[in-house]
Amino acid sequence: MDIIKTAKLNKHYGKSRGIIDVDLAVEKGDFFGFIGPNGAGKSTTIRTLLGLISPSSGSARIFDKDIVKDKEEILMNVGYLPSEAIFYQGMKVKELLKLSADLHKKDCTKESQRLCALLQLDENRKIDELSFGNRKKVGIVAALQHEPELLILDEPTSGLDPLMQKVFFDILKEKNQQGVTIFISSHILSEIEHYCNKAAIIKEGRIIALDSVETLCKKSAKHLVVNGEIDLSKLNGIKGFKADNGISTFLYNGEIEELLKVLAKGKIKDLTISEPDLEEVFMHYYEKDGEE
Amino acid sequence: MMTLVKHELKQGFLSFVIWFVSIAFMMAICIILFPEMKGQMEDVGDVFSSMGAFTAAFGMDRLNFGSLIGFYGVECGNILGLGGGLYASLTATSFLSKEEKDKTAEFLLSQPISRIRIISEKLLALMIEITVMNLLIYLVALGSIAFIGEEIPFKEITLIHLAYYLLQVELASICFGISAFLRKGGLSIGIGLAIMFYFLNIIANIAESVKFLKYLTPFGYCEAADIIESGAIDLKYLAVGIILALIGIALAYLKYPKKDIH
Repeated sequence: MDIIKTAKLNKHYGKSRGIIDVDLAVEKGDFFGFIGPNGAGKSTTIRTLLGLISPSSGSARIFDKDIVKDKEEILMNVGYLPSEAIFYQGMKVKELLKLSADLHKKDCTKESQRLCALLQLDENRKIDELSFGNRKKVGIVAALQHEPELLILDEPTSGLDPLMQKVFFDILKEKNQQGVTIFISSHILSEIEHYCNKAAIIKEGRIIALDSVETLCKKSAKHLVVNGEIDLSKLNGIKGFKADNGISTFLYNGEIEELLKVLAKGKIKDLTISEPDLEEVFMHYYEKDGEE
Repeated sequence: MMTLVKHELKQGFLSFVIWFVSIAFMMAICIILFPEMKGQMEDVGDVFSSMGAFTAAFGMDRLNFGSLIGFYGVECGNILGLGGGLYASLTATSFLSKEEKDKTAEFLLSQPISRIRIISEKLLALMIEITVMNLLIYLVALGSIAFIGEEIPFKEITLIHLAYYLLQVELASICFGISAFLRKGGLSIGIGLAIMFYFLNIIANIAESVKFLKYLTPFGYCEAADIIESGAIDLKYLAVGIILALIGIALAYLKYPKKDIH
Protein backbone atom coordinates (compact mmCIF):
# COMPACT_ATOMS: atom_id res chain seq x y z
CA MET A 1 0.00 0.00 0.00
CA ASP A 2 1.22 3.48 -0.80
CA ILE A 3 1.42 5.72 2.23
CA ILE A 4 1.23 8.86 0.08
CA LYS A 5 -0.36 8.68 -3.35
CA THR A 6 -1.23 11.72 -5.44
CA ALA A 7 -2.76 11.74 -8.88
CA LYS A 8 -2.62 14.79 -11.12
CA LEU A 9 -2.55 17.03 -8.08
CA ASN A 10 -2.85 20.69 -9.04
CA LYS A 11 -2.83 23.87 -7.06
CA HIS A 12 -2.79 27.34 -8.51
CA TYR A 13 -3.14 30.61 -6.69
CA GLY A 14 -5.22 32.78 -8.92
CA LYS A 15 -3.19 32.89 -12.08
CA SER A 16 0.16 32.06 -10.56
CA ARG A 17 1.52 28.54 -10.66
CA GLY A 18 1.61 26.41 -7.58
CA ILE A 19 2.01 22.79 -8.57
CA ILE A 20 1.03 21.08 -11.81
CA ASP A 21 -0.06 17.44 -12.24
CA VAL A 22 1.97 16.16 -9.34
CA ASP A 23 2.05 12.36 -9.20
CA LEU A 24 3.78 11.03 -6.13
CA ALA A 25 3.90 7.54 -4.71
CA VAL A 26 5.57 6.96 -1.37
CA GLU A 27 5.55 3.40 -0.08
CA LYS A 28 5.46 2.20 3.50
CA GLY A 29 8.91 2.32 5.03
CA ASP A 30 10.31 4.71 2.42
CA PHE A 31 12.77 7.38 3.39
CA PHE A 32 11.68 9.71 0.64
CA GLY A 33 13.52 12.82 -0.43
CA PHE A 34 11.70 15.68 -2.11
CA ILE A 35 14.16 17.90 -3.90
CA GLY A 36 13.83 21.25 -5.58
CA PRO A 37 15.04 24.81 -5.28
CA ASN A 38 13.08 27.52 -3.47
CA GLY A 39 9.76 28.25 -5.10
CA ALA A 40 9.61 25.01 -7.09
CA GLY A 41 6.50 23.86 -5.26
CA LYS A 42 7.84 21.74 -2.40
CA SER A 43 5.97 23.56 0.34
CA THR A 44 2.83 23.88 -1.75
CA THR A 45 2.78 20.11 -2.23
CA ILE A 46 3.30 19.49 1.46
CA ARG A 47 0.69 22.04 2.51
CA THR A 48 -1.81 20.47 0.17
CA LEU A 49 -1.10 17.01 1.59
CA LEU A 50 -1.72 18.34 5.10
CA GLY A 51 -4.94 20.11 4.20
CA LEU A 52 -3.58 23.59 4.92
CA ILE A 53 -4.54 24.51 1.37
CA SER A 54 -7.08 22.72 -0.75
CA PRO A 55 -6.14 21.25 -4.13
CA SER A 56 -7.45 22.99 -7.25
CA SER A 57 -7.85 19.62 -8.95
CA GLY A 58 -6.62 16.05 -8.77
CA SER A 59 -6.56 13.81 -5.75
CA ALA A 60 -4.26 12.82 -2.95
CA ARG A 61 -4.49 9.99 -0.48
CA ILE A 62 -2.51 9.32 2.67
CA PHE A 63 -2.85 5.91 4.35
CA ASP A 64 -5.30 5.25 1.50
CA LYS A 65 -7.62 7.91 2.95
CA ASP A 66 -8.75 11.08 1.20
CA ILE A 67 -6.80 14.15 2.32
CA VAL A 68 -9.86 16.38 2.20
CA LYS A 69 -12.55 14.13 3.66
CA ASP A 70 -10.53 12.18 6.20
CA LYS A 71 -8.15 14.93 7.19
CA GLU A 72 -8.34 14.61 10.97
CA GLU A 73 -7.98 10.83 10.85
CA ILE A 74 -4.89 11.18 8.69
CA LEU A 75 -3.34 13.95 10.78
CA MET A 76 -3.71 11.81 13.91
CA ASN A 77 -0.94 9.65 12.46
CA VAL A 78 1.20 12.26 10.76
CA GLY A 79 4.00 14.26 12.28
CA TYR A 80 4.68 17.55 10.48
CA LEU A 81 7.65 19.81 10.90
CA PRO A 82 7.16 23.18 9.15
CA SER A 83 10.19 24.89 7.68
CA GLU A 84 9.65 27.83 10.01
CA ALA A 85 9.00 26.66 13.53
CA ILE A 86 6.92 29.43 15.10
CA PHE A 87 4.76 28.94 18.16
CA TYR A 88 2.52 30.86 20.53
CA GLN A 89 3.87 33.79 22.51
CA GLY A 90 4.63 33.20 26.13
CA MET A 91 4.35 29.43 26.12
CA LYS A 92 6.88 27.12 27.65
CA VAL A 93 8.27 24.22 25.64
CA LYS A 94 6.45 21.65 27.72
CA GLU A 95 3.16 23.56 27.52
CA LEU A 96 3.34 23.58 23.74
CA LEU A 97 4.18 19.88 23.68
CA LYS A 98 1.29 19.19 26.04
CA LEU A 99 -1.06 21.18 23.80
CA SER A 100 -0.05 19.14 20.77
CA ALA A 101 -0.33 15.87 22.71
CA ASP A 102 -3.80 16.85 23.95
CA LEU A 103 -4.92 17.64 20.43
CA HIS A 104 -3.74 14.14 19.50
CA LYS A 105 -5.64 12.79 22.53
CA LYS A 106 -2.54 10.97 23.62
CA ASP A 107 -0.16 11.03 26.56
CA CYS A 108 3.23 11.58 24.98
CA THR A 109 5.19 12.50 28.11
CA LYS A 110 7.62 9.59 27.92
CA GLU A 111 8.50 10.00 24.25
CA SER A 112 8.73 13.79 24.48
CA GLN A 113 11.09 13.56 27.44
CA ARG A 114 13.23 11.05 25.58
CA LEU A 115 13.39 13.29 22.50
CA CYS A 116 14.10 16.44 24.48
CA ALA A 117 16.96 14.67 26.23
CA LEU A 118 18.40 13.45 22.92
CA LEU A 119 18.15 16.91 21.36
CA GLN A 120 19.30 18.66 24.54
CA LEU A 121 16.19 20.79 24.72
CA ASP A 122 15.14 22.26 28.06
CA GLU A 123 11.38 21.78 28.43
CA ASN A 124 11.06 24.53 31.00
CA ARG A 125 12.30 27.32 28.76
CA LYS A 126 9.92 29.80 27.16
CA ILE A 127 9.78 29.24 23.43
CA ASP A 128 10.11 32.98 22.67
CA GLU A 129 13.50 33.00 24.36
CA LEU A 130 14.88 30.15 22.27
CA SER A 131 17.22 30.53 19.32
CA PHE A 132 16.05 29.58 15.83
CA GLY A 133 17.74 26.20 16.05
CA ASN A 134 16.26 25.44 19.45
CA ARG A 135 12.78 26.43 18.25
CA LYS A 136 13.31 23.98 15.44
CA LYS A 137 13.96 21.29 18.05
CA VAL A 138 10.61 22.10 19.65
CA GLY A 139 9.05 21.54 16.23
CA ILE A 140 10.88 18.25 15.87
CA VAL A 141 9.70 16.95 19.24
CA ALA A 142 6.14 18.13 18.52
CA ALA A 143 6.21 16.28 15.21
CA LEU A 144 7.65 13.07 16.62
CA GLN A 145 6.33 12.71 20.17
CA HIS A 146 2.99 11.12 19.26
CA GLU A 147 4.84 8.40 17.34
CA PRO A 148 3.19 8.89 13.97
CA GLU A 149 3.39 6.42 11.09
CA LEU A 150 4.31 9.14 8.64
CA LEU A 151 6.68 12.05 9.12
CA ILE A 152 6.51 15.02 6.79
CA LEU A 153 9.50 17.27 7.29
CA ASP A 154 9.90 20.54 5.44
CA GLU A 155 13.55 21.54 5.34
CA PRO A 156 14.14 20.06 8.76
CA THR A 157 17.82 20.72 9.28
CA SER A 158 17.96 24.45 8.61
CA GLY A 159 19.13 26.12 11.79
CA LEU A 160 20.48 22.96 13.40
CA ASP A 161 24.21 22.72 14.02
CA PRO A 162 26.03 19.75 12.42
CA LEU A 163 26.09 17.81 15.68
CA MET A 164 22.35 18.20 16.11
CA GLN A 165 21.75 17.33 12.47
CA LYS A 166 23.53 14.05 13.16
CA VAL A 167 21.42 13.40 16.28
CA PHE A 168 18.29 14.30 14.33
CA PHE A 169 19.05 11.95 11.46
CA ASP A 170 19.96 9.18 13.89
CA ILE A 171 16.49 9.56 15.40
CA LEU A 172 14.95 9.50 11.93
CA LYS A 173 16.92 6.40 10.94
CA GLU A 174 15.80 4.64 14.09
CA LYS A 175 12.17 5.58 13.40
CA ASN A 176 12.53 4.47 9.81
CA GLN A 177 13.84 1.10 10.91
CA GLN A 178 10.76 0.75 13.10
CA GLY A 179 8.66 1.10 9.97
CA VAL A 180 7.91 4.82 10.01
CA THR A 181 7.64 6.35 6.54
CA ILE A 182 9.57 9.58 6.16
CA PHE A 183 8.96 12.29 3.58
CA ILE A 184 11.58 14.98 3.71
CA SER A 185 11.86 18.07 1.58
CA SER A 186 15.24 19.64 1.24
CA HIS A 187 17.62 21.41 -1.04
CA ILE A 188 20.60 20.00 0.79
CA LEU A 189 21.29 17.17 -1.60
CA SER A 190 23.95 15.39 0.40
CA GLU A 191 21.36 14.82 3.13
CA ILE A 192 18.97 13.18 0.72
CA GLU A 193 21.70 11.14 -0.90
CA HIS A 194 22.95 9.95 2.42
CA TYR A 195 19.71 8.96 4.07
CA CYS A 196 16.95 8.51 1.50
CA ASN A 197 16.17 5.42 -0.51
CA LYS A 198 13.94 7.27 -2.95
CA ALA A 199 13.67 10.78 -4.23
CA ALA A 200 11.58 13.00 -6.44
CA ILE A 201 12.79 16.15 -8.12
CA ILE A 202 10.35 19.01 -8.59
CA LYS A 203 10.91 21.85 -11.01
CA GLU A 204 8.60 24.77 -11.64
CA GLY A 205 5.70 22.91 -10.09
CA ARG A 206 6.16 19.62 -11.95
CA ILE A 207 7.75 16.36 -10.85
CA ILE A 208 10.52 15.75 -13.37
CA ALA A 209 12.02 12.61 -11.85
CA LEU A 210 10.97 10.04 -9.28
CA ASP A 211 13.03 6.96 -8.59
CA SER A 212 15.32 5.28 -6.13
CA VAL A 213 18.26 7.49 -5.26
CA GLU A 214 20.56 4.80 -6.65
CA THR A 215 18.82 4.72 -10.03
CA LEU A 216 18.56 8.47 -10.20
CA CYS A 217 22.30 8.72 -9.85
CA LYS A 218 23.01 5.91 -12.33
CA LYS A 219 20.46 6.83 -14.93
CA SER A 220 21.70 10.23 -15.62
CA ALA A 221 25.40 10.22 -16.32
CA LYS A 222 28.93 9.19 -15.44
CA HIS A 223 31.29 11.52 -13.80
CA LEU A 224 34.73 11.52 -15.46
CA VAL A 225 38.04 12.96 -14.46
CA VAL A 226 40.70 12.60 -17.15
CA ASN A 227 44.32 13.57 -16.75
CA GLY A 228 45.82 13.78 -20.20
CA GLU A 229 44.99 14.71 -23.77
CA ILE A 230 41.74 13.60 -25.33
CA ASP A 231 39.65 14.76 -28.23
CA LEU A 232 36.04 14.92 -27.11
CA SER A 233 34.70 16.72 -30.17
CA LYS A 234 33.13 13.57 -31.68
CA LEU A 235 31.43 12.51 -28.47
CA ASN A 236 27.77 13.37 -27.85
CA GLY A 237 26.32 13.71 -24.38
CA ILE A 238 28.96 15.73 -22.62
CA LYS A 239 27.97 18.19 -19.96
CA GLY A 240 29.65 20.54 -17.62
CA PHE A 241 33.06 20.26 -19.26
CA LYS A 242 35.87 21.85 -17.32
CA ALA A 243 39.57 21.75 -18.14
CA ASP A 244 42.22 22.77 -15.68
CA ASN A 245 45.98 22.09 -15.94
CA GLY A 246 45.50 19.18 -18.30
CA ILE A 247 42.79 17.65 -16.13
CA SER A 248 39.37 17.49 -17.77
CA THR A 249 36.25 16.97 -15.71
CA PHE A 250 32.86 16.31 -17.24
CA LEU A 251 29.61 14.37 -17.09
CA TYR A 252 28.95 11.85 -19.81
CA ASN A 253 25.49 10.64 -20.67
CA GLY A 254 25.68 8.24 -23.63
CA GLU A 255 26.97 4.90 -24.90
CA ILE A 256 29.87 3.61 -22.83
CA GLU A 257 31.36 1.95 -25.92
CA GLU A 258 31.64 5.28 -27.73
CA LEU A 259 33.27 6.76 -24.67
CA LEU A 260 35.83 3.97 -24.47
CA LYS A 261 36.76 4.41 -28.16
CA VAL A 262 37.43 8.10 -27.64
CA LEU A 263 39.38 7.46 -24.46
CA ALA A 264 41.49 4.79 -26.22
CA LYS A 265 42.65 7.32 -28.82
CA GLY A 266 43.78 9.84 -26.22
CA LYS A 267 47.01 10.08 -24.28
CA ILE A 268 45.80 9.49 -20.78
CA LYS A 269 47.89 9.43 -17.64
CA ASP A 270 45.09 8.88 -15.22
CA LEU A 271 41.35 8.30 -15.33
CA THR A 272 38.46 8.13 -12.87
CA ILE A 273 34.93 7.16 -13.82
CA SER A 274 32.40 7.43 -11.02
CA GLU A 275 28.75 7.76 -10.25
CA PRO A 276 27.80 11.40 -10.02
CA ASP A 277 26.54 12.59 -6.66
CA LEU A 278 22.99 13.77 -6.31
CA GLU A 279 24.02 17.36 -6.69
CA GLU A 280 25.32 16.69 -10.17
CA VAL A 281 22.18 14.72 -10.98
CA PHE A 282 20.12 17.58 -9.78
CA MET A 283 22.03 20.09 -11.86
CA HIS A 284 21.76 17.70 -14.77
CA TYR A 285 17.96 17.62 -14.54
CA TYR A 286 17.71 21.32 -14.13
CA GLU A 287 20.06 22.13 -16.99
CA LYS A 288 18.60 19.53 -19.33
CA ASP A 289 15.18 21.13 -19.27
CA GLY A 290 16.65 24.56 -19.36
CA GLU A 291 18.31 23.91 -22.69
CA GLU A 292 15.19 22.77 -24.48
CA MET B 1 -11.85 17.75 25.67
CA MET B 2 -12.06 21.42 24.78
CA THR B 3 -8.28 21.61 24.55
CA LEU B 4 -8.44 24.62 22.31
CA VAL B 5 -10.90 26.50 24.53
CA LYS B 6 -8.47 26.13 27.42
CA HIS B 7 -5.58 27.18 25.21
CA GLU B 8 -7.42 30.28 23.95
CA LEU B 9 -8.45 31.34 27.45
CA LYS B 10 -4.85 31.08 28.60
CA GLN B 11 -3.60 33.01 25.57
CA GLY B 12 -6.19 35.76 26.06
CA PHE B 13 -5.85 35.99 29.84
CA LEU B 14 -3.49 38.96 30.07
CA SER B 15 -5.49 41.06 27.64
CA PHE B 16 -8.66 40.08 29.51
CA VAL B 17 -7.24 41.23 32.83
CA ILE B 18 -6.02 44.56 31.40
CA TRP B 19 -9.39 45.35 29.81
CA PHE B 20 -11.33 44.22 32.86
CA VAL B 21 -9.24 46.30 35.27
CA SER B 22 -9.49 49.39 33.02
CA ILE B 23 -13.25 49.21 32.53
CA ALA B 24 -14.04 48.23 36.10
CA PHE B 25 -11.75 50.90 37.48
CA MET B 26 -13.33 53.68 35.40
CA MET B 27 -16.83 52.54 36.29
CA ALA B 28 -16.04 52.32 39.98
CA ILE B 29 -14.50 55.82 39.92
CA CYS B 30 -17.59 57.20 38.20
CA ILE B 31 -19.93 55.62 40.72
CA ILE B 32 -17.85 56.74 43.68
CA LEU B 33 -17.86 60.31 42.36
CA PHE B 34 -21.64 60.30 42.11
CA PRO B 35 -22.48 61.54 45.66
CA GLU B 36 -20.24 64.54 45.11
CA MET B 37 -21.79 65.29 41.73
CA LYS B 38 -25.35 64.67 42.83
CA GLY B 39 -25.68 68.05 44.55
CA GLN B 40 -24.25 69.94 41.59
CA MET B 41 -26.29 67.96 39.10
CA GLU B 42 -29.58 69.13 40.52
CA ASP B 43 -28.65 72.62 39.37
CA VAL B 44 -27.34 71.66 35.96
CA GLY B 45 -30.23 69.29 35.28
CA ASP B 46 -32.29 72.17 33.94
CA VAL B 47 -29.38 73.41 31.87
CA PHE B 48 -28.92 70.00 30.33
CA SER B 49 -32.53 69.55 29.41
CA SER B 50 -32.44 72.86 27.54
CA MET B 51 -29.29 72.12 25.56
CA GLY B 52 -31.19 70.34 22.82
CA ALA B 53 -29.29 68.21 20.36
CA PHE B 54 -26.13 67.93 22.45
CA THR B 55 -27.85 66.29 25.38
CA ALA B 56 -30.16 64.33 23.12
CA ALA B 57 -27.10 62.78 21.50
CA PHE B 58 -26.33 60.96 24.75
CA GLY B 59 -29.94 60.51 25.80
CA MET B 60 -29.30 63.04 28.58
CA ASP B 61 -32.40 65.04 27.78
CA ARG B 62 -34.63 62.26 29.05
CA LEU B 63 -32.52 61.11 32.00
CA ASN B 64 -32.45 62.67 35.41
CA PHE B 65 -28.79 63.31 36.02
CA GLY B 66 -29.44 63.88 39.67
CA SER B 67 -30.67 60.33 40.21
CA LEU B 68 -28.20 57.46 40.42
CA ILE B 69 -29.76 55.52 37.57
CA GLY B 70 -29.89 58.58 35.32
CA PHE B 71 -26.26 59.33 35.99
CA TYR B 72 -25.33 55.67 35.68
CA GLY B 73 -27.14 55.26 32.38
CA VAL B 74 -25.08 58.00 30.75
CA GLU B 75 -21.65 57.77 32.39
CA CYS B 76 -21.30 54.09 33.07
CA GLY B 77 -23.27 53.19 29.95
CA ASN B 78 -20.72 54.99 27.81
CA ILE B 79 -17.78 53.37 29.57
CA LEU B 80 -19.34 49.93 29.33
CA GLY B 81 -20.50 50.43 25.76
CA LEU B 82 -17.23 51.78 24.41
CA GLY B 83 -14.89 49.80 26.65
CA GLY B 84 -16.73 46.53 26.38
CA GLY B 85 -17.53 47.11 22.70
CA LEU B 86 -13.89 47.79 21.85
CA TYR B 87 -12.70 44.78 23.85
CA ALA B 88 -15.21 42.52 22.14
CA SER B 89 -14.53 43.73 18.60
CA LEU B 90 -10.74 43.96 18.98
CA THR B 91 -10.50 40.49 20.43
CA ALA B 92 -12.90 38.99 17.91
CA THR B 93 -11.39 40.47 14.73
CA SER B 94 -8.13 38.72 15.44
CA PHE B 95 -9.54 35.53 16.91
CA LEU B 96 -9.19 33.42 13.76
CA SER B 97 -6.74 35.55 11.80
CA LYS B 98 -4.14 35.81 14.55
CA GLU B 99 -3.03 32.25 13.77
CA GLU B 100 -2.00 33.39 10.31
CA LYS B 101 -0.64 36.74 11.45
CA ASP B 102 1.51 35.16 14.16
CA LYS B 103 2.36 32.24 11.86
CA THR B 104 1.04 29.68 14.29
CA ALA B 105 -1.53 28.48 11.76
CA GLU B 106 0.82 25.89 10.30
CA PHE B 107 1.17 24.34 13.71
CA LEU B 108 -2.47 24.49 14.74
CA LEU B 109 -3.99 23.42 11.43
CA SER B 110 -1.67 20.45 11.04
CA GLN B 111 -2.93 19.06 14.33
CA PRO B 112 -5.70 16.47 14.12
CA ILE B 113 -8.56 18.87 14.74
CA SER B 114 -11.13 19.88 12.14
CA ARG B 115 -11.53 23.49 11.08
CA ILE B 116 -15.18 23.36 12.18
CA ARG B 117 -14.02 22.29 15.61
CA ILE B 118 -11.41 25.07 15.68
CA ILE B 119 -14.10 27.64 14.85
CA SER B 120 -16.49 26.24 17.46
CA GLU B 121 -13.94 26.07 20.26
CA LYS B 122 -12.59 29.52 19.46
CA LEU B 123 -16.09 30.99 19.38
CA LEU B 124 -16.88 29.35 22.68
CA ALA B 125 -13.69 30.74 24.23
CA LEU B 126 -14.54 34.22 22.92
CA MET B 127 -18.05 34.08 24.38
CA ILE B 128 -16.73 32.80 27.72
CA GLU B 129 -14.32 35.75 27.88
CA ILE B 130 -17.07 38.26 27.14
CA THR B 131 -19.55 36.66 29.52
CA VAL B 132 -17.13 36.43 32.43
CA MET B 133 -15.94 39.99 31.77
CA ASN B 134 -19.52 41.30 31.95
CA LEU B 135 -20.40 39.32 35.05
CA LEU B 136 -17.34 40.64 36.85
CA ILE B 137 -18.02 44.23 35.78
CA TYR B 138 -21.65 43.85 36.89
CA LEU B 139 -20.47 42.72 40.31
CA VAL B 140 -17.99 45.60 40.57
CA ALA B 141 -20.79 48.04 39.63
CA LEU B 142 -23.18 46.66 42.26
CA GLY B 143 -20.38 46.65 44.84
CA SER B 144 -19.50 50.27 44.10
CA ILE B 145 -23.12 51.40 44.39
CA ALA B 146 -23.42 49.59 47.69
CA PHE B 147 -20.14 51.21 48.78
CA ILE B 148 -21.48 54.76 48.31
CA GLY B 149 -24.61 53.79 50.21
CA GLU B 150 -27.12 54.35 47.42
CA GLU B 151 -30.04 52.02 46.97
CA ILE B 152 -29.37 49.62 44.08
CA PRO B 153 -31.98 49.93 41.30
CA PHE B 154 -31.62 46.22 40.44
CA LYS B 155 -33.99 45.97 37.53
CA GLU B 156 -32.68 48.95 35.57
CA ILE B 157 -29.02 48.25 36.26
CA THR B 158 -29.42 44.60 35.29
CA LEU B 159 -31.24 45.51 32.09
CA ILE B 160 -28.59 48.07 31.14
CA HIS B 161 -25.81 45.56 31.74
CA LEU B 162 -27.70 42.86 29.87
CA ALA B 163 -28.17 45.19 26.89
CA TYR B 164 -24.48 46.05 26.78
CA TYR B 165 -23.59 42.38 27.15
CA LEU B 166 -25.74 41.60 24.12
CA LEU B 167 -24.08 44.48 22.27
CA GLN B 168 -20.68 42.94 22.91
CA VAL B 169 -21.89 39.51 21.85
CA GLU B 170 -23.26 41.01 18.63
CA LEU B 171 -20.07 42.98 17.88
CA ALA B 172 -17.93 39.95 18.67
CA SER B 173 -19.99 37.70 16.40
CA ILE B 174 -19.79 40.12 13.47
CA CYS B 175 -16.06 40.65 13.98
CA PHE B 176 -15.48 36.91 14.35
CA GLY B 177 -17.02 36.46 10.91
CA ILE B 178 -14.77 39.20 9.49
CA SER B 179 -11.79 37.53 11.14
CA ALA B 180 -12.27 34.43 8.97
CA PHE B 181 -11.50 36.54 5.90
CA LEU B 182 -8.42 38.31 7.23
CA ARG B 183 -4.83 37.18 7.03
CA LYS B 184 -3.53 39.94 9.25
CA GLY B 185 -4.66 41.18 12.63
CA GLY B 186 -7.47 43.53 11.64
CA LEU B 187 -7.13 45.82 14.67
CA SER B 188 -8.28 48.85 12.71
CA ILE B 189 -11.37 47.06 11.45
CA GLY B 190 -12.31 46.15 15.01
CA ILE B 191 -11.84 49.68 16.33
CA GLY B 192 -13.52 51.20 13.27
CA LEU B 193 -16.60 49.05 13.52
CA ALA B 194 -17.17 49.66 17.23
CA ILE B 195 -16.67 53.43 16.88
CA MET B 196 -18.84 53.59 13.77
CA PHE B 197 -21.73 51.85 15.53
CA TYR B 198 -21.32 54.18 18.49
CA PHE B 199 -21.57 57.29 16.34
CA LEU B 200 -24.45 55.92 14.27
CA ASN B 201 -26.45 55.80 17.49
CA ILE B 202 -25.49 59.36 18.41
CA ILE B 203 -26.52 60.58 14.96
CA ALA B 204 -29.80 58.67 15.25
CA ASN B 205 -30.38 60.35 18.62
CA ILE B 206 -29.84 63.84 17.22
CA ALA B 207 -31.86 63.71 14.03
CA GLU B 208 -35.33 62.25 13.85
CA SER B 209 -35.03 61.70 10.08
CA VAL B 210 -32.27 59.10 10.51
CA LYS B 211 -33.84 57.31 13.44
CA PHE B 212 -33.81 54.10 11.37
CA LEU B 213 -30.03 53.90 12.01
CA LYS B 214 -30.95 52.60 15.45
CA TYR B 215 -31.85 49.33 13.80
CA LEU B 216 -28.34 48.97 12.42
CA THR B 217 -26.31 49.71 15.49
CA PRO B 218 -26.33 47.60 18.64
CA PHE B 219 -26.05 50.83 20.63
CA GLY B 220 -29.67 51.37 19.55
CA TYR B 221 -30.99 48.80 22.01
CA CYS B 222 -28.58 49.94 24.74
CA GLU B 223 -30.07 53.43 25.10
CA ALA B 224 -30.34 53.84 28.87
CA ALA B 225 -33.13 56.41 28.58
CA ASP B 226 -35.31 53.94 26.64
CA ILE B 227 -34.51 51.06 28.98
CA ILE B 228 -35.27 53.08 32.10
CA GLU B 229 -38.46 54.59 30.65
CA SER B 230 -39.92 51.36 29.35
CA GLY B 231 -38.34 48.94 31.79
CA ALA B 232 -37.34 46.67 28.90
CA ILE B 233 -34.84 46.22 26.07
CA ASP B 234 -36.31 47.26 22.72
CA LEU B 235 -36.90 43.93 20.99
CA LYS B 236 -37.27 45.34 17.47
CA TYR B 237 -33.74 46.75 17.58
CA LEU B 238 -32.44 43.64 19.30
CA ALA B 239 -33.95 41.35 16.66
CA VAL B 240 -31.87 43.00 13.93
CA GLY B 241 -28.83 42.68 16.16
CA ILE B 242 -29.39 38.96 16.63
CA ILE B 243 -29.69 38.49 12.87
CA LEU B 244 -26.44 40.40 12.24
CA ALA B 245 -24.69 38.31 14.88
CA LEU B 246 -25.94 35.08 13.30
CA ILE B 247 -24.76 36.24 9.87
CA GLY B 248 -21.30 36.93 11.32
CA ILE B 249 -21.06 33.48 12.86
CA ALA B 250 -22.41 31.81 9.72
CA LEU B 251 -19.78 33.61 7.61
CA ALA B 252 -17.03 32.22 9.83
CA TYR B 253 -18.33 28.68 9.38
CA LEU B 254 -18.69 29.13 5.63
CA LYS B 255 -15.35 30.79 4.96
CA TYR B 256 -12.81 29.36 7.38
CA PRO B 257 -13.07 25.62 6.55
CA LYS B 258 -12.15 26.37 2.93
CA LYS B 259 -9.53 28.99 3.54
CA ASP B 260 -6.03 28.44 2.15
CA ILE B 261 -3.37 28.91 4.80
CA HIS B 262 -0.09 30.27 3.51
